[in-house]
Amino acid sequence: MPYTLQPDQGYDVDIESTEYLKTHVDAPERWVLNFGPQHPATHTTLRIVLELDGERVARVTPHIGYLHSGFEKLAEHHDYNQYVCTVSRMDYVSPIVNDIAWHHAVERLFDVDLTPRCKVVRTILAELGRIQNHLLCVGAAALDLGAFTGFLYGFNEREHLYDIMDYVSGQRFHPDYTRVGGTMRDLPDDETFRQMVRNFIDDRLPSAIDDIETLLNRNRIFIDRVHEVGVVSKEDAIAWSLTGPVARASGVRRDLRKDEPYLCYQDNWDGQGAKPVEFSVAFATDGDCLSRYLVRLEEMKQSARIIDQLIDRIPGGPMNAEPEGKMVLPPKGDVYGSIEATIQHFEIVMTNRGWDAPIGESYGAIEGPNGELGYYIVADGTKNPWRAATRPPSFMHFAVLPKLLEGHMLADLVAVLGSLNIIAAELDR
Amino acid sequence: MATPVLDHPDLPRLKAAFPDVKFLASEYRGQTTVVVPADALHRVMRLLHDDPACNYDFLSDVTAADYLGYPSRTPGRFAVVYLLLSTNHGRRLTIKTYLDPSVDTLGNELDPALIVPSVTDIWPGAEWREREVFDMYGIQFRDHPDHRRILTWETYPAFPLRKDYPLRGRGERERYRVMPRDAR
Repeated sequence: MPYTLQPDQGYDVDIESTEYLKTHVDAPERWVLNFGPQHPATHTTLRIVLELDGERVARVTPHIGYLHSGFEKLAEHHDYNQYVCTVSRMDYVSPIVNDIAWHHAVERLFDVDLTPRCKVVRTILAELGRIQNHLLCVGAAALDLGAFTGFLYGFNEREHLYDIMDYVSGQRFHPDYTRVGGTMRDLPDDETFRQMVRNFIDDRLPSAIDDIETLLNRNRIFIDRVHEVGVVSKEDAIAWSLTGPVARASGVRRDLRKDEPYLCYQDNWDGQGAKPVEFSVAFATDGDCLSRYLVRLEEMKQSARIIDQLIDRIPGGPMNAEPEGKMVLPPKGDVYGSIEATIQHFEIVMTNRGWDAPIGESYGAIEGPNGELGYYIVADGTKNPWRAATRPPSFMHFAVLPKLLEGHMLADLVAVLGSLNIIAAELDR
Repeated sequence: MATPVLDHPDLPRLKAAFPDVKFLASEYRGQTTVVVPADALHRVMRLLHDDPACNYDFLSDVTAADYLGYPSRTPGRFAVVYLLLSTNHGRRLTIKTYLDPSVDTLGNELDPALIVPSVTDIWPGAEWREREVFDMYGIQFRDHPDHRRILTWETYPAFPLRKDYPLRGRGERERYRVMPRDAR
């Protein structure tokens, strides 16, 4: 077998030697097709072994782990601020959401309250991240089915989001923007930020969504390929731990922004009686690829609506929470100007000092673009987490792929895979 | 440190349903954790899922932790953590089971003491998460439908998230033979 490597010494590495292949590889009436790990429609590196009966898929065995690089082991050796650079590489389609999710979990563990300004900026960036993710997913759904133009409509607008991330954090692709109790730095200029975001949600995004909708929503070929393909029932979606747009397309009305509100989705988020941001939870009942596509389209519009409510009233005041104890970095200006702030800065930054973390464990999750993105953190009182377990939404979604595909045609595989929006880097970590 | 507030409504239900089981409960940052002995785990999970008053129909996550050298005393070295959620009541509950190894934890030897019942028959979504816990910690799940490693390869010589496994690994990569281009 060409994929098998048998080292003379060392370890017996044989990825092919699963029970499934041992028993089925020589079955005369069916043949086995290897899909991936390198294939344009997998988008990233994952492998699916398909057992075909003619053109019909009889059995599906996903193999994952090609991108496993021990992020969770690394977390135990990084401190609470450093690890944000690693989580950013998980769901790299919308890295800012990972940053916000990680520090949401850390702040929950440390019991740090954010300033209103930070909450607004984080909410805006989280929604931009959601749009960023959905634009790719919706576009790629079209790409995999042969409509290259739809992909370009979506991908082109992502470039403007990269510009916003670049402006805010100094890095286009991986902003690594959040810190415990605040952000890496304040916005360079509120007005410029406002104009960039306004331009995006008022002009760029509506016309892009309009283009995609015109191209696909009534497109006979597209609808035929996605309608009633890869159906998940509501009961299955709950039993199989599905969340996010995939679950909502099956009729599960669950959104952590409504059910366990945080940031500006919370009532009284600024301490002065501010209302939570208004938006509707998009959901559908069919549970097929078309519903997932439509739910994502609607969620982008709702995200734009949330940003629209916040962008003109970014509160003034400090971005970072009040540095109390050894939890939050002091403002950079103070570090140069006062001895207390210098001490506080070094207390956190020096490798032999670090956070006064509690000894305890907690779970914090936010509604990421793909679903419930959470971190279960065990803290041991030192500057590094003892254990930082990720709850990656893609992991749960990929686990149902065999169920969704069996009995479908081979060509439906790319439609289903695209609609689940599997991000292998998040899957394998 | 603040005293835990043990007012989670499902704690009395658990105590009433299983008078013979010794539960430990704690609360931190508003999240309640119940420690269940491994031999009672499956019965307790079944009740938490089926009882309409509890109705934990959604398994948010299955993960594990290794407490070797942890500064606070724990009932065992390894913990399997189940994050449960009731979509109808909107409540969360964390269930933990502690296990102690009986054989050397350095290699990839399967340990008969590190076995818990699989909950895949209650929540099918646990299937891959339990495989990951097995892959990373070597904790086995009884009656699991597809009990294989998931992220590393099958003969990987250790369980990498254990605390006694070094961050840099033990040279698995360096000892891997390089295949020349013309090798068949």
